[in-house]
Amino acid sequence: MSETKKEWPLWEVFVRPRRGLAHSHVGSLHAPDAELALRNARDLYTRRQEGVSIWVVPAAAVVASSPDEKDSFFDPAADKVYRHPTFYQVPEGAAHL
Amino acid sequence: MTTSVDRLLALGDDALVTAQRLGHWCTRSPEMEEDVALANIALDQLGVARLLLSYAGEVEGAGRDEDALAYLRTDREYRNALLVELPDRDFAVMIAKLLFVSAYQRLLYRRLATGADERLAGIAAKAVKESAYHEDHATLWTLRLGDGTDESHRRMQAAVDEVWPYTHELFEEEPDLRAEWLSTVEGVLTRATLVRPADSWAPTGGRDGRHTEQLSYLLAEMQVLHRAHPGARW
Repeated sequence: MSETKKEWPLWEVFVRPRRGLAHSHVGSLHAPDAELALRNARDLYTRRQEGVSIWVVPAAAVVASSPDEKDSFFDPAADKVYRHPTFYQVPEGAAHL
Repeated sequence: MTTSVDRLLALGDDALVTAQRLGHWCTRSPEMEEDVALANIALDQLGVARLLLSYAGEVEGAGRDEDALAYLRTDREYRNALLVELPDRDFAVMIAKLLFVSAYQRLLYRRLATGADERLAGIAAKAVKESAYHEDHATLWTLRLGDGTDESHRRMQAAVDEVWPYTHELFEEEPDLRAEWLSTVEGVLTRATLVRPADSWAPTGGRDGRHTEQLSYLLAEMQVLHRAHPGARW
């Protein structure tokens, strides 16, 4: 029986914790279709009132960067100090920076 | 105004026995996600059962708390409807029972929430939202199994046929709730391409403590720890 058992597809779950914040990825789950994926997400990720809105996305629809491309993707940013706003003088008395 | 002890026990025992049956699905569901969903529903039912049994104990005034009522009554003293004690022979039977009982609980709690017994109204107002979610879960599965493969359709229809006779007993106290219950349930069955069984045999007796043999086994498992170690705490 286990040979014939088909796994339900994987879904990625995004929860918005409260109004004004963006949806954040919280995890993934299995479900046979989108409607049940949403229900399962509600049970798994928002049972302690963690959110006001849920998105579920088929994991197969996510295009991800490859770990092999890590160097070419992310390393060049490291030595480009001018991309970071560290060359400004902070004016006297400017708070909350 | 207070409600009678028997009535509170009937409501509380429906919820308690439903919770115990659903608890059986822990680690036995087709997928881990469904395990969590059913355990959530079981805990909702247990929460309502605790409130109702505590209240029943206070109304009775004999010093019995929720634990005494849950763990030390025999099958003859239980007041649940027969439907909820039926064994979950397979997933479809569990879903059919959940659909029928949660639709009934939603309508009943909605009515009780505006009733004359304020304490009961408070409990019902909290429970009615949970019932709507339980009904939604059972509805989604009824649609998927009924309108799924040939095998899932066959088993869902068999489950509906098997437990349908036991739904009549739910409406002995409030016969007028049945019309709305029927329109809800029949709508789901139609959408699921299932046939609504004819009304004929209508077994009864649960509200008077005359149960199927299945309840004794359920209680034996549920009560054994408390009876062996009275008052034991974690």
